[in-house]
Amino acid sequence: MSVDQKMDSSRRTLLLATSAAGGAAAVATAVPFVASLTPSERAKAAGAPVEADVSKLAPGEMMTVEWRGKPVWILRRTPEMLASLDKTDDKVTDPLSEEPQQPDYAANKHRSINPEYLVAVGICTHLGCSPTEKFKMGAESGMGADWPGGFLCPCHGSLFDLAGRVYKSMPAPTNLEVPPHQYLADTKILVGEDGKA
Amino acid sequence: MTTKSQAVLNWIDERFPLTSTWKAHLSEYYAPKNFNFWYFFGSLALMVLVIQIVTGIFLVMHYKPDASLNASGIPVAFASVEYIMREVPGGWLIRYLHSTGASAFFIVVYLHMFRGLLYGSYRKPRELIWIFGTLIFLALMAEAFMGYLLPWGQMSYWGAQVIVNLFSAIPIIGPDLSLVIRGDFVIGDATLNRFFSFHVIAVPLVLIGLVLAHIVALHEVGSNNPDGVEIKKKKDSRGIPLDGIPFHPYYTVKDIVGVVVFLFFFSVVVFFMPEGGGYFLEYNNFIPANPMVTPPHIAPVWYFTPFYSILRAVTYPLFGLDAKFWGVVAMGASVVIIAFLPWLDRSPVKSIRYKGPVFKIALVIFLICFFILGYLGVLAPTPGRTLVSQICSVLYFAFFLLMPWYSKLDKCKPEPERVTSK
Amino acid sequence: MNNRLINLIKRAAAVLLFAPAVALAAGASVQLDKAPVSTEPAALQHGAKLFVNYCLNCHSASFMRYNQLTNLGLSEQEIRDNLMFAGERVGDLMKIAMRPTDSKVWFGAAPPDLTLIARQRASGDGSGADWLYTYLRQFYRDSERPTGWNNVVFENVGMPHVFWQLQGEQVANITENADGTKHVELSLAKPGTLSVEEYDKAVADLVSFLVWMGEPVAEKRKTIGTFVLIFLFGMFFLTYALKKNYWKDIH
Repeated sequence: MSVDQKMDSSRRTLLLATSAAGGAAAVATAVPFVASLTPSERAKAAGAPVEADVSKLAPGEMMTVEWRGKPVWILRRTPEMLASLDKTDDKVTDPLSEEPQQPDYAANKHRSINPEYLVAVGICTHLGCSPTEKFKMGAESGMGADWPGGFLCPCHGSLFDLAGRVYKSMPAPTNLEVPPHQYLADTKILVGEDGKA
Repeated sequence: MTTKSQAVLNWIDERFPLTSTWKAHLSEYYAPKNFNFWYFFGSLALMVLVIQIVTGIFLVMHYKPDASLNASGIPVAFASVEYIMREVPGGWLIRYLHSTGASAFFIVVYLHMFRGLLYGSYRKPRELIWIFGTLIFLALMAEAFMGYLLPWGQMSYWGAQVIVNLFSAIPIIGPDLSLVIRGDFVIGDATLNRFFSFHVIAVPLVLIGLVLAHIVALHEVGSNNPDGVEIKKKKDSRGIPLDGIPFHPYYTVKDIVGVVVFLFFFSVVVFFMPEGGGYFLEYNNFIPANPMVTPPHIAPVWYFTPFYSILRAVTYPLFGLDAKFWGVVAMGASVVIIAFLPWLDRSPVKSIRYKGPVFKIALVIFLICFFILGYLGVLAPTPGRTLVSQICSVLYFAFFLLMPWYSKLDKCKPEPERVTSK
Repeated sequence: MNNRLINLIKRAAAVLLFAPAVALAAGASVQLDKAPVSTEPAALQHGAKLFVNYCLNCHSASFMRYNQLTNLGLSEQEIRDNLMFAGERVGDLMKIAMRPTDSKVWFGAAPPDLTLIARQRASGDGSGADWLYTYLRQFYRDSERPTGWNNVVFENVGMPHVFWQLQGEQVANITENADGTKHVELSLAKPGTLSVEEYDKAVADLVSFLVWMGEPVAEKRKTIGTFVLIFLFGMFFLTYALKKNYWKDIH
């Protein structure tokens, strides 16, 4: 009846096997419980891609659509605005969009499929505030005489240019996120889904 | 054990009784070595409790106790249960585990109680364990009853309506009491919300406290066994009962086998017949609650039906009070009387193995009556059925109330000195 | 003595187990036909189409999303093209424009939501599928009803016979049984566009779809269950061997 100091080997094998099988069972049991914490079908349906009609958007104007409860900006940039990106190239941290903050088709200087339209999630990459638009250039913007136009996050003062690229030494670490999107027609954008190749 | 982990253990033990608790309740808790099949159900009840708590925690994350109608005209509470079943990933499994767990809990607890009856586990010095157990059973009934309202189907609604109206049978305070329980003139949103609160917070806290008290009391006096003899009477030189073995590892490894077998049958229900043939999830409960239409036949869930039959069996007014009141009294008494068993049983022996024929016959009759009452509780009453349930109710109470006499008269066999194997 | 007790208990249990079966058989009021429920994608897709075209105008299925039909082997594009009305998104719930309060006025009772109908209609008489399969095939002409239709399993039903063009018109020959209950014999007075076999098959497909919709996860549940049971079966031998190993010390 006394417990032997050295366990017999078959008991050891059985203990290991039972523990392993029991552990595997515990992990398998945890799967549905953890899965239940992920977005439900309802949340996915609400987060389905949204269509945006940009035909009525004038150059220099921006519209916002809601996708997965987040504001998605669509900015129709004027040639001047696009030209301002040359000026900000050396002021921003990641001018060539090397950080994976956008789909591959938007990993360029203007960070969009069509240079004219910027599609970006309007959420600051610092702590999640929504930056405000500061499109006017120069002193008129109240942002200093050499302000080329861009966005200012009201929470901690991060600055972004008109391609959503973050300025150097700002609280925000990366450029604004570009969501997956595609053009269904010249003036119809589907936000939330990549175009099928 | 390495010296490092020993040091950590020492550090903890100086501040918290970890090792001593482990020893007192597991590795040096000496249980009789002759436990049989019936002794699995205590640990199984504990496991079902854990299943219910864990699945319950996850269900509360998605369930909404709201009786108002959504845009499709469906009550929000009902819709949120279907949301769990269809739209929450893995939600269907969690919900079926919880609904099947409710029935499994009662199956396991009924078998656990029957074990107590067989081997006299309620007898001195285990009266308090038995009383805590009866209270656990009562709390469990309250928990199940209030939980059953939450899906807000037709059976939820009308079942609650009938049971809450029972309280109105109590003279003078009755009508006001049922109003206070409902918080409305009918079962409504207020009722749903308070039942939700009780079901997820209040009663589980009480239940867990009672279960702890049940186990602490058990480990204070030690477990009974199929022979009903006290193993503490015969100890070796170290003070260890001769017929005792450490609970851990012997009964932990044994109970794990029981758990696996239980989970097998449990999984058969959860995965292949989650409605339990209409007994675990009643068909009418897939219809949203409708205060305007009562389903043609309302029956409580199977685990309440024996007591429900006793309620319906009382059809005579007495002392100027109507039959409805005495029905409620009889139903309440049929549960409460269980707590008095330790003082009703006067037999010189504990276990059925050494009791005489009278007790055995009484127990068999009691068991048959309990099953018949349970079966009749599912059916709509007819005069014939009511008569049968009246006879069975009388026999049910006779088993308890006549026990002081028949248990004393019975011809018992002598108990052995030590436990026997097989 | 102990054995005798066990035998007694066994006998009592056997009696009690069989008693409900006898009572339920005696209580059956309607004879339901066994529904040939299918889980074949083709049958379910056909059922879905019938459901959308014939049922979804008055009845909602408000716990179902259109895109869940992809589980029947349809693509989202097929669902959009064949099964949806304009202006709905594929992730939308199968709701209807009719408000429950209005339809109550029009039909006397609001047409119930059909998502769970196959689970609701189960009873001691048969499964929900059996009830639906019998119900949808036993409409007959009755000039006394406001809709002109009555039904054998659902007497004085509020719903008209929506499939009458497919099934044709049945008439009833009602006789009285010896015990005073009614016996209804149906015969086809005017054939519909489908033969009897074709109509039965169409209803079977629709019922199969309704069963699927009642619990879309049912097949997956059984598959997972099979693995769980196999695992637990193996686990039993492992834990039993472990228990035996420890208990060999106990005499």
